Amino acid sequence: MHKSFLILKREYLTRVRKKSFIILTLLVPFLFAGFTILPAWLAMQDDEEERTIGVYDASNQFSLRWEDTEFTNFEFIPEAEFESIQNDMKSSKYYAVLHIPEDILNTNRARLLSDKQVTFDIKNMIGGKLENLIESDKKAVIIDESGIPDLEEKLEAARTRIQLETIKVDDKGGAVKSSTEIAMAVGYAAGFIIYMFVFIYGAMVMRGVMEEKTSRIVEVIISSVKPTQLMFGKIVGIGLVGLTQIVFWLILIFLIVTGMQVFLTPDQAELMQQSQNMMAANPQLQGAAQENAVLNIIDMVGNLNIPLILGSFLFYFLGGFLMYSSLMGAVGAAVDHEEEAQQLMLPITIPLIFSIIILFPVVKNPEGALAFWASMVPLTSPVIMMVRVPYGVPLWELLLSMGILVASIYGTIWVAGKIYRTGILMYGKKVNFKEIVKWLFYHN
Amino acid sequence: MEIFKATNVVKDYAGHRALDEVSLTVKEQSIFGLLGPNGAGKTTLIRIINQITAADQGEIELFGRKLKASDIQHIGYLPEERGLYKKMKVGEQALYLAQLKGLSKHDALKGLKYWFEKFEIQPWWNKKVEELSKGMQQKIQFVITVVHKPKLLIFDEPFSGFDPINAKLLKNEILNLKEQGATIIFSTHNMASVEEVCDHIALINRSKKILDGQIDAIKEQYKQDIYEVETSTDHDVTAEFSRNGFQLIDYQLKGQTQRVKFQLEHETPTNILLQNLMDKMEIRSFREVIPSMNEVFIQVVEQANPKKQAHA
Repeated sequence: MHKSFLILKREYLTRVRKKSFIILTLLVPFLFAGFTILPAWLAMQDDEEERTIGVYDASNQFSLRWEDTEFTNFEFIPEAEFESIQNDMKSSKYYAVLHIPEDILNTNRARLLSDKQVTFDIKNMIGGKLENLIESDKKAVIIDESGIPDLEEKLEAARTRIQLETIKVDDKGGAVKSSTEIAMAVGYAAGFIIYMFVFIYGAMVMRGVMEEKTSRIVEVIISSVKPTQLMFGKIVGIGLVGLTQIVFWLILIFLIVTGMQVFLTPDQAELMQQSQNMMAANPQLQGAAQENAVLNIIDMVGNLNIPLILGSFLFYFLGGFLMYSSLMGAVGAAVDHEEEAQQLMLPITIPLIFSIIILFPVVKNPEGALAFWASMVPLTSPVIMMVRVPYGVPLWELLLSMGILVASIYGTIWVAGKIYRTGILMYGKKVNFKEIVKWLFYHN
Repeated sequence: MEIFKATNVVKDYAGHRALDEVSLTVKEQSIFGLLGPNGAGKTTLIRIINQITAADQGEIELFGRKLKASDIQHIGYLPEERGLYKKMKVGEQALYLAQLKGLSKHDALKGLKYWFEKFEIQPWWNKKVEELSKGMQQKIQFVITVVHKPKLLIFDEPFSGFDPINAKLLKNEILNLKEQGATIIFSTHNMASVEEVCDHIALINRSKKILDGQIDAIKEQYKQDIYEVETSTDHDVTAEFSRNGFQLIDYQLKGQTQRVKFQLEHETPTNILLQNLMDKMEIRSFREVIPSMNEVFIQVVEQANPKKQAHA
């Protein structure tokens, strides 16, 4: 055990001290924040640039009812000016020029001319303005024809939105507010992290074994320790590297998100204020759901069985890693070159990739036959069962799946150990599956 | 005293017997040469001693009792195909491998310091292995093999990759280690080095031991009653041989000296021939031709594998 620990320590330290590991561990949370939180935050920031937009209204319908917005001014221009601007967009004072054709009511088409790409917000805002004006004209005509004066208000009142609350009733009749969306998100994320981790760190085990084999240091080492000790130390050491990375990521992401929240608080307070004002002004708008969205999410995350989810995440995380990395380690031992490894890796990666392919169907229907069997088969269960756990899985299914996984890990390690011990000292032999099966019956 | 003893060791791989009833004994504080053509089974035997693999049948004894797992730390093994972690620093790596052999960190550092100073390679301590030349790496490898003061050392082709100067340094270190009490098993194809350092050899061919003994005794055994005599050129010496029952093998005339190689045919005492020659000319030298280990090796292996040419 002492020697396994020495090996584990080396495997762990050499990898954790690598520059690439440190950079990746520190960078990914910031990238994650950058790709998810930042765009959302930026989207919340108003576009505060003052712009003037020229409007040439050939239909002569809108000029009186057109209003400026906070940062955008509109100037109606005559045809002659429009023609000249069109020829020299760049030197005009307008950010863009809106051309409303004469027959807009028939074609539903207008043009926005600019020398640069018009921003998404401006385009939406102008389109919206046009739509609203034309719609209200049309509505006015309909109201006139029908002879019902308050038709518009009545139609507005008829508009309905349903908030469907999902409640899970447990055995004792207690009701727990559940959220399909949140269970889905947690399951998907957990399954995907396991997949990534198993893939990346399993391949790392394989490369580690190959490094020892091709550099020929392995014979020196296994004249000091048992091959199984070497393999054990390597797998556990690399597993801990992965765990270190995940833990760092979680801590850093947590810190970044909290930091962002502190940073964003004034805006949020404003938002709350606004929605409350809106409620007061418009009581039938059912704004309550919106206001409570954040609280609801927190509430429903709290209703997830967090200890169970964390516990099974850890279990399937390590279980999946142990199984796949021992197989990949065996592949590393069996081959001499990276190219040969590809061929042997394929059958191992197929079930892993398969579990990512069926991830979505399983997320949509976590109780289906596919979900059930895929969460029992040990090659797919680490990913698939983890997707199902946040939805709540019958205890017997969870225990059965875990039991099968543990038994399979024992079996896999035995098989992998056999291949490893034979392969690690075998050079210059083109290895295929038939050959490897033969190795299983060697007695070393 | 016998430090190592193998009795009727058999090792099978799928469809192929790597060792067939091999028995060997190695005396304490001696250098034992384990010889044989490629693929004969030497490496398998070495791996069995190192417990990398186990024998299917037969007994292995070390230090006078059955081989056990903890014996590993009393064995130093320099494999033929050797390497180090390329990206790891020399000192860190040597320390790691020494600790794997069971040394405490303190003892490992002390031992490494001694050897690094002896070979004057302390400046390499913080270099990465990939920055060193192949010969330098071999030196590090040697240090790692001996740093835990093993009682039994196994060297598989230790001189390959060394230039003549470093090979000589290494040879002296191996002899030194023997002086200090270590026993050495030495596997090689280099027959010249066998003759220089080995006390005792065993020859394995096609999984079987076909020769075993003291070097001198083996040479004695394989000598073929061939003699060489040098005489003055007063008379033609060749005429004397067939007449007296000796087979002439080789004749050379060099300046004022005739050199003749001949073989005894009927165990006629050579003295008769010499007396005969002495009457007619002056004898400059006379000696029995003892075969070199290289000749013995080729002769024995070719006898054992009559059709296929052995690659020595």
